[in-house]
Amino acid sequence: MDFLRDPFGFVINWYVGLLSQFGLPPEVVEVIASLTGALVLATGAMLFVVFLIWYERKLIGRIQDRFGPNRVGPWGIFQPIADMLKIFTKEYITPDGAEKFTYNLAPILAVAAVLLLWSVLPLSVTVFGTDLNVGFLFLIAVGALGEVSYILAGWSSNNKYALLGALRLVAQLISYEVPLVLSALVPVMLAGTLSVVGLVQAQEIWFIVTAPAAALIFFIASIAEIGRSPFDLVEAESELVAGYNIEYSGLKFGMFYVAEFLHAFTVSMIFAVVFLGGWRGPAAEQVPILGFVYLMLKTFVVYFVTILFRGTLPRFRIDQMMNLNWKVLTPLSLALVMVMAVVGGLTRDLPLFWQAAAYLAVNIILLVIADQLIRLFQRKKPKQALAIRGGHGALTTSTKYGTGE
Amino acid sequence: MLGNWLYIGIFALVALLMPAVTIFIAGILAPKKPDPIKNSTYECGIETVGPSWTQIKIQYYVFALVFLIFDVEAVLLFPWAVAYNFLPIYAILEGVIFLLILVVGLIYAWRKGALEWF
Amino acid sequence: MNGLQFVFLLAALVSLFSAVMVVSARRMMHAALWLVLTLMGVAVIFVTLQSSFFAVVQILVYVGAIAILIIFSVMLTRRVMEDHGDQILPGWRGAVLVAVLLFGVLVGFLTLWQGFSVMLVELPPDTDNVLELGKALVSPQEFVLPFELASVLLVAALIGAITIAVDRRKEHQR
Repeated sequence: MDFLRDPFGFVINWYVGLLSQFGLPPEVVEVIASLTGALVLATGAMLFVVFLIWYERKLIGRIQDRFGPNRVGPWGIFQPIADMLKIFTKEYITPDGAEKFTYNLAPILAVAAVLLLWSVLPLSVTVFGTDLNVGFLFLIAVGALGEVSYILAGWSSNNKYALLGALRLVAQLISYEVPLVLSALVPVMLAGTLSVVGLVQAQEIWFIVTAPAAALIFFIASIAEIGRSPFDLVEAESELVAGYNIEYSGLKFGMFYVAEFLHAFTVSMIFAVVFLGGWRGPAAEQVPILGFVYLMLKTFVVYFVTILFRGTLPRFRIDQMMNLNWKVLTPLSLALVMVMAVVGGLTRDLPLFWQAAAYLAVNIILLVIADQLIRLFQRKKPKQALAIRGGHGALTTSTKYGTGE
Repeated sequence: MLGNWLYIGIFALVALLMPAVTIFIAGILAPKKPDPIKNSTYECGIETVGPSWTQIKIQYYVFALVFLIFDVEAVLLFPWAVAYNFLPIYAILEGVIFLLILVVGLIYAWRKGALEWF
Repeated sequence: MNGLQFVFLLAALVSLFSAVMVVSARRMMHAALWLVLTLMGVAVIFVTLQSSFFAVVQILVYVGAIAILIIFSVMLTRRVMEDHGDQILPGWRGAVLVAVLLFGVLVGFLTLWQGFSVMLVELPPDTDNVLELGKALVSPQEFVLPFELASVLLVAALIGAITIAVDRRKEHQR
């Protein structure tokens, strides 16, 4: 019964018990247990990408009114495995003049940065890699570390297009880190801890309900951080010819591909953990395996939304992306943190329900104000466009840009 | 606490070794036929013209700089946010003042055109 | 020698070696990448000191922002792909003499400092470092003034850098 309630925890305890029986000192037991846990988690994540690729291709196919892969196995379920087998046997073509060490390090670092994110995420009430007391900041920092791998890839390919693509990508990634980090302050304020396990424990009421504006900003910034549509200008096939990974072939390219998919899923899981209550749900504390199921369901819902964005929204231009970030998301997140801080301080003595209602009200007011301001600026835009174009023919310009809608 | 970091250190090693081993295995399985045309740098199918670097715009540097300032600001705010539930009202206002000063910085950057892409 | 000392020794060696490579690398881009390795070594040293917040902040700010800023500025210089010429300046003997003298003076002053003989008091094991830091940063008896001055300093840095870097011509066009 215990095994059914919490299979992962049961296996972990049995394994540690088995190791201790060998008479090894406790530090060695800890190291071996950590090593096995890390291996299992990392391998599980890498193998799970196979399923994720299939899921995404099927879903994108359905959005585009076609079947998606359906030849290789029932419902095309062996398609990604066939793709992986193919990519394993492709030749590595290293361009002339490429810096061998950094050229080979870049895909490894890209995957390693994404895998490292899994080490602090709580999968259920008893199963987590480790309860680091600054886990949430660790997640953001490792994401920043992943950006270095793109610069390495672009620079060591000895190809100016790769370099330009990589620099543009990194400029986009670092810009969107600002609203990400600022909106990440809000759940930390509400929970009073930086530990991810603590963030889940503090979500009696899910943070998406108390702080929807923060959730929205965090979600948009996360999608921009993983370089997915609609923010995927730098890897669009029609522009900049695939960006930083032009000169990569074979499994090295496959590793960048795997890193992107895994990053998308991991970021969905981070959002589910921080804003959707993680493993919380009915009876999740008594039956930990249910907590894991809830987390997976929530993560898949968020991942589904991510794929919907990719299949339906047109791509941003780079200047539109930067404007969205610096002129909309950053001021909004700064205002959000200030307003949430003041409201929280004023409503501190009220019971939880009223405090949450106050937060929710303030968030909605802020979003409405932001929406109105954006519309106001949009209506002003045709005049600005006229000014930039030097006032060519007011009539032609206004019919071209319409009302700015 | 060091136990946590030990786990993360081991995990980082595993995370680095796993793709490295996979790439190495694929390197053994894959054919190796280097060819001068295959190895030349890709430039939309034509030969490379000119040296392989280009002058980048200063705008990249300005963005990185503004990002750095706001990153340091957010990092200084994280301890304040963690202690938030235990702080008296004036301490909360101190954090808000910190943010307001940086809002002034953002407005300056906006007006000076540091946030434009072109 | 226990595990912690071994980790510290390893991290210190890696940081020192990378730091030497930063100043002696032939190509500027290599120097920037060695700098990234140095900063990561410093983060590991923070971990051995049990201050996980600073280790993570080191990675987030130094590696994720400052190293990238330095790489961008290295790319801005025209000669990044074509480093020629002598790496060592003509007056290097004088420079080495000054460096050794400075090191000797610093070490002399540090041995006279009383702080080294004070035993560090470890916090009780269940205190949350970040919480204490947060409370200390905004309490009037402790660090609130440096906290607010830090934001003024940041804005001053922002204004200064933008004044230098932003293209003058764009302002006239507006």
